[in-house]
Amino acid sequence: MTKEEIIAAGGTKVAAKPRLLMDVNMHYCPGCSHGVVHKILAEVIDELGLEDSAIGVAPVGCAVFAYNYIDVDWVEAAHGRAPAVATGLARLNPDATVFTYQGDGDLAAIGTCETIHACNRGENIAIIFINNGIYGMTGGQMAPTTLEGMKTSTTPYGRRVDLNGYPLKITDLVKELDGTCYVTREAVHTPAAVRKAKAAIRQALMNARDKKGTSFVEIVSTCNSGWKMSPDKANKWMEENMFEKYPLGELKNTVNPK
Amino acid sequence: MENKEEIKLLKGNEAIAHAAIRYGVDGYFGYPITPQSEVLETLEALMPWETTGMVVLQAESEVAAINMVYGGASSGKAVMTSSSSPGVSLKQEGISYIAAGELPALIVNVMRGGPGLGTIQPSQADYFQAVKGGGHGDYHLIVLAPASVQEMADFVGLGFDLAFKYRTPAMILADGVIGQMMEKVVLPPARPRRTDEEIVALCPWAARGKFGRKQRNVSTTLELDPQAMEKNNIRLQETYRRIEAGEVRFEEYMTEDADYLIVAFGCMARICRKAIEDARACGLKVGLLRPITLWPFPTEAIKALSGQVRGILVAELNAGQMIDDVRLAVEGRTPVCHFGRTGGIVPNPQEVLNALCKDFNVEMEDAK
Amino acid sequence: MKHEIIIAGFGGQGVLSMGKILAYAGLLDGKEVTWMPAYGPEQRGGTANVTVILSDEQISSPVLDSYDVAVILNQQSLDKFESRVKPGGLLIYDPYGIHRKPERTDIRIAEVNATEAAIETGNTKTYNMLLLGALLKLVPMVPIEAVIRGLEKTLPERHHNLIPLNRDAIMRGEQLVK
Repeated sequence: MTKEEIIAAGGTKVAAKPRLLMDVNMHYCPGCSHGVVHKILAEVIDELGLEDSAIGVAPVGCAVFAYNYIDVDWVEAAHGRAPAVATGLARLNPDATVFTYQGDGDLAAIGTCETIHACNRGENIAIIFINNGIYGMTGGQMAPTTLEGMKTSTTPYGRRVDLNGYPLKITDLVKELDGTCYVTREAVHTPAAVRKAKAAIRQALMNARDKKGTSFVEIVSTCNSGWKMSPDKANKWMEENMFEKYPLGELKNTVNPK
Repeated sequence: MENKEEIKLLKGNEAIAHAAIRYGVDGYFGYPITPQSEVLETLEALMPWETTGMVVLQAESEVAAINMVYGGASSGKAVMTSSSSPGVSLKQEGISYIAAGELPALIVNVMRGGPGLGTIQPSQADYFQAVKGGGHGDYHLIVLAPASVQEMADFVGLGFDLAFKYRTPAMILADGVIGQMMEKVVLPPARPRRTDEEIVALCPWAARGKFGRKQRNVSTTLELDPQAMEKNNIRLQETYRRIEAGEVRFEEYMTEDADYLIVAFGCMARICRKAIEDARACGLKVGLLRPITLWPFPTEAIKALSGQVRGILVAELNAGQMIDDVRLAVEGRTPVCHFGRTGGIVPNPQEVLNALCKDFNVEMEDAK
Repeated sequence: MKHEIIIAGFGGQGVLSMGKILAYAGLLDGKEVTWMPAYGPEQRGGTANVTVILSDEQISSPVLDSYDVAVILNQQSLDKFESRVKPGGLLIYDPYGIHRKPERTDIRIAEVNATEAAIETGNTKTYNMLLLGALLKLVPMVPIEAVIRGLEKTLPERHHNLIPLNRDAIMRGEQLVK
């Protein structure tokens, strides 16, 4: 039966593709967290009525083609420069709601300077930060957030802090900056986590829309291809290893303090 | 802000700032570096956000500044940045993206001596970087070379007009002399910044939020399909051919009867003009061709003159860069020699004249 | 008429601003002007110099190898620029801190003891205006009124109360010419 036939036969529609998610095949690997985050981002943009005013800034990394998936205006930035590009967009287009979507290599390695300073200036933008501890697009190299001992193609025997330094907790860093109004760390590995992550993205986009300062939403994510695990194993590995270093929860909220 | 012409005594760098506000520039993103810091300083002092609404921001780096320009340009705004040589090197990645994205923008380079950290004194050693494409990929900038403070002011408007006409970044390639010297400058009447409606009409491609537009706009430079990417390249090259056909600018001085020709741009053209005055006073017929656009280069004009003169001296504040383009234009019809100073040294007119006499074995007994 | 002038001394002596005021006066007097500083760290204690050109016609090079007038305020500048005054030109110097006096015989040489005069008047900040007065007495290239209007244009309004002081210094400078 097709879905139309099921609905015609009295079936109840319980889920639908978000209206703003484009009708194209995603290039992400099965099991990747990006797809889920794209979905909730598209839903939030629609629910907040931001389809017209949203401008997304895509990174370099696996999400380089994010602009192909959500039906709003986008600018594709150079590697790491999304917060600077977003600064230009937000400063010159005060009626727009500007967000960036970046991975850990883009945001916390090559783009650390732009990240810190955009946050410190309190640019009215939302930063969505996918942290899966690895460079996915280029084939699984070490990221700044790669855990100690974690094997990647450039740390084939595991990350050694004496050689490679420590995993960078950039979210804890930006929390300290006076320009950030909302900093949180979420995940999308369970339905409950997805609901929380969606609420966080909603809060971040509202803050950008309302010119409250910089919002920063880290999504601790899996890269089952890069980690060389099945999706369910990757989720389990993330819970057991990533969450210890990158514990979930709100780090800062000056807009709606608890 | 005066809605009429105004005469002022300004440094070249200050003139850029005044002209930007008067042109109705939407945003400037900069970072301090000698000898161009007065651009940012003047804008901050004039506070255009209070009058025209122009955004002025001191970025955390030249890299960030050019990417802020990339963001602003993507949304159809008239945006610019300025820097000096080491800072412009840092901007090259962003400039390549802006060219690839077919976005209008203005970049100002007030050149200082290099390579490396080099010197803060004047230089023209970024000619290759500016006209041959300093960043990666097949692209060009429209490169304007001002030789006076007046042209510093005028080329802001000209640069933006050309950038929007062809959807390509333009560069003002100045030097420490033109940036730091003061001259009389007639500032154009102020005009308002473009309205949202005007931007939508002029830049239907702008990624500025859909705001009722049916099709979304995406500004991207990535294209993994080789067929499509080659099409993008061909489109860019077609634009460059149109610019070459329509936008070559140069100035000739006393070339009609010239036996020798000097080709020089920017401050060196001024110095050479004086050298020519002195040479003519001693009976030596020298003329000057000053490229105003370094890209597109006045190839045809130089080619035409090359049949007339006994020799061409290319005078630059570098070890020999523009001379390559002059030689390509001359195609061996007449000898082409180079005079250059590096390290931040600015020669005086007499040195140029001495070089000309020596290179072409000319006697000039009356010369001082 | 064209005047090609170099003003050279230490940073902090008001070399650049003297040149700027002269250039502004030229502008207001309807002349073409250029003001070309040797810029950079010299501004802070080292040597400083500025080339000012006033002309009735378009000015070609802002950089020169010889000058009609040199205003010299320290020994290093004298050593550097004495030979570059055009024959028949003018060299003005302040003897304070000069241990080797100018030796050229084919140029006019004027000693202007502006340092001493500035100390006498009790306002060392008008030092460069004393020199400007002396320069304009020797070569009246712009009217004093244009200089005063130039000051009005270049000084921020909160400093306009200093204009009479500067005017007095220019007048006093005229008298320093022997």
